[in-house]
Amino acid sequence: MTEWLLDGVLGLLLLGLAGGALHVRQLYAGVLLFISFGLVLALVWARLGAADLALAEAAIGAGLTGVLLFAALARQPQAGSEPRLSRRRRLAAVLVLLPLLILLLPQLKPLAELQPTVPAQIDAALAQSGVEHPVTAVLLNFRAWDTLLELAVLLLALLGARQLGPLQPKLSEPWPLLQAWGRTLAPLLVLAGGYVLWRGAASPGGAFQAGALLASGIVLLRLAGALPALHWSFWPLRLLVLAGLLLFIGVAAACAWYGDGWLHYPVGSAKLLILLIEAAATLSIAASLSLLVIGDEPELQP
Amino acid sequence: MSELLDFFSWLLLGGGLLFFAAGSVGLLRFPDTLSRLHALTKADTLGLGLVVAGLSLRAGSLLEVAQMLLIWLLVLASGATACQLLARQCDEEGGDD
Repeated sequence: MTEWLLDGVLGLLLLGLAGGALHVRQLYAGVLLFISFGLVLALVWARLGAADLALAEAAIGAGLTGVLLFAALARQPQAGSEPRLSRRRRLAAVLVLLPLLILLLPQLKPLAELQPTVPAQIDAALAQSGVEHPVTAVLLNFRAWDTLLELAVLLLALLGARQLGPLQPKLSEPWPLLQAWGRTLAPLLVLAGGYVLWRGAASPGGAFQAGALLASGIVLLRLAGALPALHWSFWPLRLLVLAGLLLFIGVAAACAWYGDGWLHYPVGSAKLLILLIEAAATLSIAASLSLLVIGDEPELQP
Repeated sequence: MSELLDFFSWLLLGGGLLFFAAGSVGLLRFPDTLSRLHALTKADTLGLGLVVAGLSLRAGSLLEVAQMLLIWLLVLASGATACQLLARQCDEEGGDD
């Protein structure tokens, strides 16, 4: 009973926050509601037993995306330019969506009776995957292609954001209190990131979550004025951004060249390879996400 | 013994809930930013502290208690810092909204 109450409240809160984030008048309030939506969504994932998703949603969906949205908001022309949806259009949308839902929902019923076969297959193959956690096994071994392409997507996003011109958040003079707290929190975040990465082999965690934690530490230190601006022209930084993808492709190519095929890790060294790839991917993700959020100095025009 | 612990645990949890409820009401009803912050940080620090104390009485091991205490300390420090930052921002902008 109490569990149903908690789940029901969480579900309703999620829907309410989503509606609020979409339809609120001020964009600023919308961003705040979106961040709260991400946090409640993380709770819902945790309630569903998907701790991996909960961690990723809280770190990336709520935290870093929230900062990105605030940065975008700062470049937005001032208030009064928010799009408004007229009442008649809202009514029309509801009138279209409701019958559609009523038509579609009964068709989904047979899906509930299907028995999923994939978990059994994963459990059977888990012993050869090199890790003990099924989600990590899927992400880094069985479906490693998807993760490789995800890293490529992140790189493309970073390159695309750079084409839009340098993002220059106007940082005010940091307060000593924020500096002190940032300096206290940063080592803890590095510790937590390393822990999440290392535990990823056996329990929820992994490269994306660890990278997001590290990136939040970098962003915090930058906002506190304890770090200098990140320079894209600094070549080790560019190498760091590329490292995860390059190592992943290198391993995949080596597997294809010397082994059984593209991304078929040799039996026995799977754990080492996965750990190497995850460590490099963590650093790349941390560098990319922090570059996305805090940007860098504009390049000198020749 | 365990009944007594249970009773105290409920008492602490109830106290924590009271602080959270009062903090939320204060956030919604108080007129200006500073008093709203005042209400909110009480919920963060005292309310969460009481809830953690109540849950510690029911914890299975010392490790759980230590983890909860650590979480409380982190929330305490970050809540206090965020409150200070918000208050200064409000002070610099020179107005209540």
